[in-house]
Amino acid sequence: MMTASPSVFLLMVNGQVESAQFPEYDDLFCKYCFVYGQDWVPTAGLEEGISQITSKSQDVRQALVWNLPIDVTFKSTNPYGWPQIVLSVYGPDVFGNDVVRGYGAVHVPFSPGRHKRTIPMFVPESTSILQKFTSWFMGRRPEYTDPKVVAQGEGREVTRVRSQGFVTLLFNVVTKDMRKLGYDTGPADTQGVSGPSPPQGFPQ
Amino acid sequence: MNPREEKVKIITEEFIENDEDADMERQKKNPKVRRQPRKKQPPTAVRKEMVSEKSHLGNQQEPVQEEPKTCLLSMTARRGPQSLPPIPSTSRTGFAEFSMRGRMREKLQAARSKAESALLQEIPTPWPRRLRSPSKKELETEFGTEPGKEVESTQQEIDSQSHSRVKFHDSARKIKPKPQVPPGFPSAEEAYNFFTFNFDPEPEESEKKPKARHREGTNLEQEEGEEEPPAHGGGKETDEEELLNGDDAEDFLLGLDHMADDFVAVRPADYESIHDRLQMEREMLFIPSRQTVPTYKKLPENVQPRFLEDEGLYTGVRPEVSRTNQNIMENRLLVQDPERRWFGDDGRILALPNPIKPFPSRLPVETQELSIKAELETMYKKAVKYVHSSQHVIRSGDPPGNFQLDIDISGLLFTHHPCFSREHVLAAKLAQLYDQYLARHQRNKAKFLTEKLQALRNAVQTGLDPEKPHQSLDTIQKTINDYKSEIRQTRKLRDAEQEKDRTLLKTIIKVWKEMKSLREFQRFTNTPLKLVLRKEKGDQKADEEAYEAEIQVEISELLEEHTEEYTQKMEEYRTSLQQWKAWRKAQRAKKKKRKQAAEEHSYDETEEPHPEEDLVKPIPPEPTDRAVIEQEVRERATQSRRRPGEPMLVPELSLAGSITPNNQCPRAEVLRREDVKKRSLYLKVLFNNKEVSRTVTRPLGADFRVHFGQIFNLQIVNWPESLALQVYETIGHSGPTLLAEVFLPVPETTVVAGRAPIEEVEFSSNQHVTLDHEGVGSGVPFSFEADGSNQLILMTSGKVSHSVAWAIGENGIPLIPPLSQQNIGFRSALKRADAISSIGTSGLTDMKKLAKWAAESKLDPNDPNNAPLMQLISVATSGESYVPDFFRLEQLQQEFNFVSDQELSRSKRFRLLLLRSQEVPEFRNYKQIPVYDREIMEKVFQDYEKRLRDRNVIETKEHIDTHRAMVAKYLQQVRESVINRFLIAKQHFLLADMIVEEEVPNISILGLSLFKLAEQKRPLRPRRKGRKKVTAQNLSDGDIKLLVNIVRAYDIPVRKPAVSKFQQPSRSSRMFSEKHAASPSTHSPNHNADYPLGQVSVRPFVEVSFQRTVCHTTTAEGPNPSWNEELELPFRAPNGDYSTASLQSVKDVVFINIFDEVLHDVLEDDRERGSGIHTRIERHWLGCVKIPFSTIYFQARIDGTFKIDIPPVLLGYSKEQNMILERGFDSVRNLSEGSYITLFITIEPQLVPGESVQEKFESQEDEKLLQASEKFQAECAFKFPNRQCLTTVIDINGKTVFITRYLKPLNPPEELLNVYPNNLQATAELVARYVSLIPFLPDTVSFAGICDLWSTSDQFLDLLAGDEEEHAVLLCNYFLSLGKKAWLVMGNAIPEGPTAYVLTWEQGHYLIWNPCSGHFYGQFDTFCPLKNVGCLIGPDNIWFNIQRYDSPLRINFDVTKPKLWKSFFSRSLPYPGLSSVQPEELIYQRSDKAAAAELQDRIEKILKEKIMDWRPRHLTRWNRYCTSTLRHFLPLLEKSQGEDVEDDHRAELLKQLGDYRFSGFPLHMPYSEVKPLIDAVYSTGVHNIDVPNVEFALAVYIHPYPKNVLSVWIYVASLIRNR
Repeated sequence: MMTASPSVFLLMVNGQVESAQFPEYDDLFCKYCFVYGQDWVPTAGLEEGISQITSKSQDVRQALVWNLPIDVTFKSTNPYGWPQIVLSVYGPDVFGNDVVRGYGAVHVPFSPGRHKRTIPMFVPESTSILQKFTSWFMGRRPEYTDPKVVAQGEGREVTRVRSQGFVTLLFNVVTKDMRKLGYDTGPADTQGVSGPSPPQGFPQ
Repeated sequence: MNPREEKVKIITEEFIENDEDADMERQKKNPKVRRQPRKKQPPTAVRKEMVSEKSHLGNQQEPVQEEPKTCLLSMTARRGPQSLPPIPSTSRTGFAEFSMRGRMREKLQAARSKAESALLQEIPTPWPRRLRSPSKKELETEFGTEPGKEVESTQQEIDSQSHSRVKFHDSARKIKPKPQVPPGFPSAEEAYNFFTFNFDPEPEESEKKPKARHREGTNLEQEEGEEEPPAHGGGKETDEEELLNGDDAEDFLLGLDHMADDFVAVRPADYESIHDRLQMEREMLFIPSRQTVPTYKKLPENVQPRFLEDEGLYTGVRPEVSRTNQNIMENRLLVQDPERRWFGDDGRILALPNPIKPFPSRLPVETQELSIKAELETMYKKAVKYVHSSQHVIRSGDPPGNFQLDIDISGLLFTHHPCFSREHVLAAKLAQLYDQYLARHQRNKAKFLTEKLQALRNAVQTGLDPEKPHQSLDTIQKTINDYKSEIRQTRKLRDAEQEKDRTLLKTIIKVWKEMKSLREFQRFTNTPLKLVLRKEKGDQKADEEAYEAEIQVEISELLEEHTEEYTQKMEEYRTSLQQWKAWRKAQRAKKKKRKQAAEEHSYDETEEPHPEEDLVKPIPPEPTDRAVIEQEVRERATQSRRRPGEPMLVPELSLAGSITPNNQCPRAEVLRREDVKKRSLYLKVLFNNKEVSRTVTRPLGADFRVHFGQIFNLQIVNWPESLALQVYETIGHSGPTLLAEVFLPVPETTVVAGRAPIEEVEFSSNQHVTLDHEGVGSGVPFSFEADGSNQLILMTSGKVSHSVAWAIGENGIPLIPPLSQQNIGFRSALKRADAISSIGTSGLTDMKKLAKWAAESKLDPNDPNNAPLMQLISVATSGESYVPDFFRLEQLQQEFNFVSDQELSRSKRFRLLLLRSQEVPEFRNYKQIPVYDREIMEKVFQDYEKRLRDRNVIETKEHIDTHRAMVAKYLQQVRESVINRFLIAKQHFLLADMIVEEEVPNISILGLSLFKLAEQKRPLRPRRKGRKKVTAQNLSDGDIKLLVNIVRAYDIPVRKPAVSKFQQPSRSSRMFSEKHAASPSTHSPNHNADYPLGQVSVRPFVEVSFQRTVCHTTTAEGPNPSWNEELELPFRAPNGDYSTASLQSVKDVVFINIFDEVLHDVLEDDRERGSGIHTRIERHWLGCVKIPFSTIYFQARIDGTFKIDIPPVLLGYSKEQNMILERGFDSVRNLSEGSYITLFITIEPQLVPGESVQEKFESQEDEKLLQASEKFQAECAFKFPNRQCLTTVIDINGKTVFITRYLKPLNPPEELLNVYPNNLQATAELVARYVSLIPFLPDTVSFAGICDLWSTSDQFLDLLAGDEEEHAVLLCNYFLSLGKKAWLVMGNAIPEGPTAYVLTWEQGHYLIWNPCSGHFYGQFDTFCPLKNVGCLIGPDNIWFNIQRYDSPLRINFDVTKPKLWKSFFSRSLPYPGLSSVQPEELIYQRSDKAAAAELQDRIEKILKEKIMDWRPRHLTRWNRYCTSTLRHFLPLLEKSQGEDVEDDHRAELLKQLGDYRFSGFPLHMPYSEVKPLIDAVYSTGVHNIDVPNVEFALAVYIHPYPKNVLSVWIYVASLIRNR
């Protein structure tokens, strides 16, 4: 269906939340969700997901592997507000309370293809040492009111965070009609690949 | 791991290491790893081990033996066999430095290695042996290289080795040569062989071995003797192995592999002693010494340290580094970098000066408070038109300038220079004087004046001539007098000039003399200056005559003057003499009298002093003496004039003199001359303070002249702001110093190249120079005298001769910037005016016309005066007619613009995106903005554009009444501005907004949580748990529901049976029959009023409507129904925006309407009654309760009993019967009138209301008061966190104001006071009603979630809108002015939540007033909506409720009791007498009755249209008769305030509309806009009747109160004609 001028472009993302390195923690699970702008609408797949609890591997790598698949398709009219994936990792503390172990976010890669991303994760810090102690003791660590704030810049200046751990993600990105709408995100060398039909129907 | 494998590994490792010949540490580590497997070796290996041990023992002994000699040796010895033969050099370098002995050894080894390499080549290839039995094949590959050693290894060995074959192949090869290595030393193999082998046919080895043996034989034997026993005792071997040093172990292992029975390469285990290691470490590691490094080491050889600082150069302060660290670094650098690049000339490490300033460079701010204020004070400065600026910026309309300014610098002449000798100084002086002389001579003023004098004298002579009679004597005399005075003046001037000339000449001669004497004195000449005095001899006689004549003339003139003066003085003298004489006479007469008197009377009177002063006798003036005058004149003449016969002296200065050559000068002078030669000068040309060019450097001539003769062509774009020359002097090779700066005038536009005269500009410098030679220096005193007196201080000065002119272009047009013509405003304006006058104003914009005019008027294009015009024309005609008439602040902005602004606004998509990002409400949540413009509907913008258009247009359609429309606009604007103001504040996130964090538990919480542990898991009386609050952001449509639980109602009006007490029984009976007909099916036919209990008097149900969703309960029965039903209504936020701000501004209202369900039998035919029932359900509106959503949102839940708004007249219903129905209700309720409904409303899930912005507002209150109020509030909040305590509020300007300032007696409208002049209570009620008629507008809606703004009463009345506070304040102020005791009550009420009521003290009891409804309640009224009381506010104090309870029922309102009420102002903080923010007096305009009437008509019309609109499927008929009846009736209702009129009214109605069944009611509300009225009418559902023959009646009455407060009555009714 080669419609002359599509009115939306599509972005298909699949991949997986592969693994994580949290050297100090074990038995973690992660949640992901997408944050996107007003011009974006998910058309297929799951916007949010939660993984199984995984334990560390026994070897030196001590990797936490989830292999939680991501598969979502967005449609949009505007690259502004390009989707970001927001990850939050949780796990039990010494008393068995589930506490947050890391937040992180990354934009879905712009260019089609296979991309591997390793996101550094961070958690909000307690405001004082006493708070820290009580939160440790009560198992109620500070958390973001909404994990989606890690994908936004607003209000971050009031928070203090500590970095811990990394999560590795794999994205396979497919786009449709982006070039037709005048957005060229592919790498320079693939421009010739578009083949015999030159991009047409740019918005005038 | 297989031990073998490991071994193999280790071996390879070792070889690598050996190759590298480094990394001892790794070797050291290896043994640890190795040792284990070694121990575990299977017994089969024992034999091998034994062998290997031996071998290694043999090898090991060498170092042990040699150690005593020298460690170095041992190393070579050990290394020798280990390292590969061809690389002896590696080891050599290592040892090189050590000792002679070492070197000797080295040589030896070198020889050996040569031999080895030779041997290596001789080694036969293993290939021939490959043809042996397969079982041995592997062995062959491994060991085949060993020619003389046929190996018979056991099978197991082969197996185990097979996999490591390849490696062994290598290793074996490497090992193999070893035995042959050192001719002087026995290798491991040799040692072994020595003990085990029969020396068979190997010639080489046998040759060597004996050698070795000879050398080391004795030692070896000794060692072996010692070592042998353990070697034989096989069990001990492991122990011994452990003794081995690591390196050896490898060898040993190696050995293991090779040797089975037939050993191949047995290597000794190396031992590395601690000394070796230290030695090696010393090789590798370097510990820099802390000792100071001697300077010579740090500098190149034969270089003396050079200290720049001592040479007077600035070096800066080096950063502070401790001495030891510096030494360490220096040592390190010396070792690492032998080139000494790191060291400076002074032998220290190179270092930049410390960049850190020891003190902050910020200017200290004056900390005095006053001065700060003074600094911050703004000063008004009138705007000044800055003409200048336009000159510097060439406007974009001008062609890029290539204008040219030619600056010709011809030369420089010093009038003083530090290198001037004394003679030079004099010469300069002389030259200067001569110049002066020449100038004077040229002008020759003296001669001119002399001639003038002559002419004047002639004039006087002629004037005195009697030959000219026609002039009157008077005029002649006058002119002569004028001439004479002129002569006098001129003479004086001439004398002065002549004297000056003379003195000048004299000084010239004097200076020349001085110079001559100086030349003589110093015996050399510096300057070529030579003065020649030329004498011009005149005719002596004529000269004398002229001189004498001149003197005579002068004398006579003077005489004349003097005689004139004399006569004048004589005159004066005479008059004064006469006076004196008269006085004398009088005096005498007095004396006489006095004498007589004295004689007559007493004696003593004579002694009286004269009371009057004596007049001095005037002295007669002396007549002038001619001789004296002559004397004077002659004296003067000799002084100032050339004596007769004296020759005229004409000085002539020439440069003809010769300068003494250097060799004849004294040393000091020679030095000076040399110094002068060293100096050179150049000039910099500065254009607009920027250097544009500079002259060549020219040496200073001996005559202190510098000739440049350079012309600089400055290509300029801007009109020159300044032109300057800087004179730089360089002495020798040092840098140039700025001597002086000279500013050149920017040439007139007329000055073009070629016409500019050379001008001289003087400069001088203030530098002080002292020189150590003949030069006099500059700025220092010196003297010509020997004794040093008469000091002179001269500054360096000079003249630059230059010319500046505008260049002329190729076509002869001067290259002058066009703006130059627009020099100063008026001139150009005049020029313009010229043009304008000739072509008219329109021509000014029409460039072509202008050009035409210019052509016609034959304007000279080369005339600089026309330049601006020509410029303009040329620009205009060349096509670039775009001359911007603005100044662009960011010139480059355009370049970065994405698209042009027009395009941006033309594109619908961009516009939409722009509006969305600006958060314009209409587009804030616009999703999926289409890609193409064509996909965007035009109507998207319609609303927005309409709103924009309407912003400034007061639309009266909606509001009808202009005042209110204006108020609405005003409110809108205030709202917008306030919202904008707080928008920024709202973006200030708090930590709590971002992060959920448990609060630090305090003791009580901890204690409670501890208690909780002990709590029962399933308590008998469970407590309600708080619901989880949901933050608004992640909600979407359908998530939020409004739960309305309708519990029960009290005192619902009951249907009134048509009673027969009315006058028209027939009609009533008809009515009655209808009623009867309505309920026969459900009730027993006893419909009599006497059977109240049996009859279902009312069947009420409740309908809740919210956001167009309508739900209703089932129908209950009776006046006190109990529904207990939960209704669920969905909530939809505007635009799907569930943010807190958006939710707060939801204006929707929950309508809870109570209806009576009435069944009508519609069966016309009685015959069918048996077979079917046809009834129509009608519902009659009884009343309603309105609760705004914002209240629910902020309260989270609303729980209570509310009074139902029941219209004052409810036809067909009454409440009287309730009394009869009363069953067991407490009597308290009887006090109240009206119906009540119990509700519970909440939102599911619970939303977190947005918190008001916690921001400190500016305030004009005293800081102390603010602090006190904060403290007060904190204390109160600590004790009773739930009670409202208010001390400061924010006024409409956003300033914090103390609350009591709002309370002040204010006069209510006169009109109201006059209604019940004697009844205070009635007046109070009327006033309350008036206040309640002012429309209610909650702040939270207008200023969403921001804060509560309090307006003053006059603002409130002007706005005609406000919330509880404003109403309460106004009411309270009215009560105060009525003389009541009144307070503002801050507390919680239902349904408003936190609110303000008014409390008054009536005789003996308190009344609580609801200011918004005008109702009042007694303190003990159960249905009082005020549920708890936080604080009371009076005009001068605030009392906080510190009683245990806060319900008005249970508290004491006596504020004088400090135990019950905590007052703000107390003895410790007395009331400071705060002035009120309220106006002195409220002024009320009388309301406009005509306008009200007009409004009334319009509302009626609108409502009628609306009702017709609501009934689209039915015909709506209006009963005019009924309408007029109702209209008459409404004013009555207003008068009685809707009370006690029902009966009369009903009677009236019945009388008039007898044959109609009538249902309807009057609605009453304050007027704000039309929409609420429409809503109210709609909510009654009157229009819902679909009986075909229904008729409607609608009447509106507006009663105007002062200040345009309008009370609106709407009577709406439906009529059904009875048949």
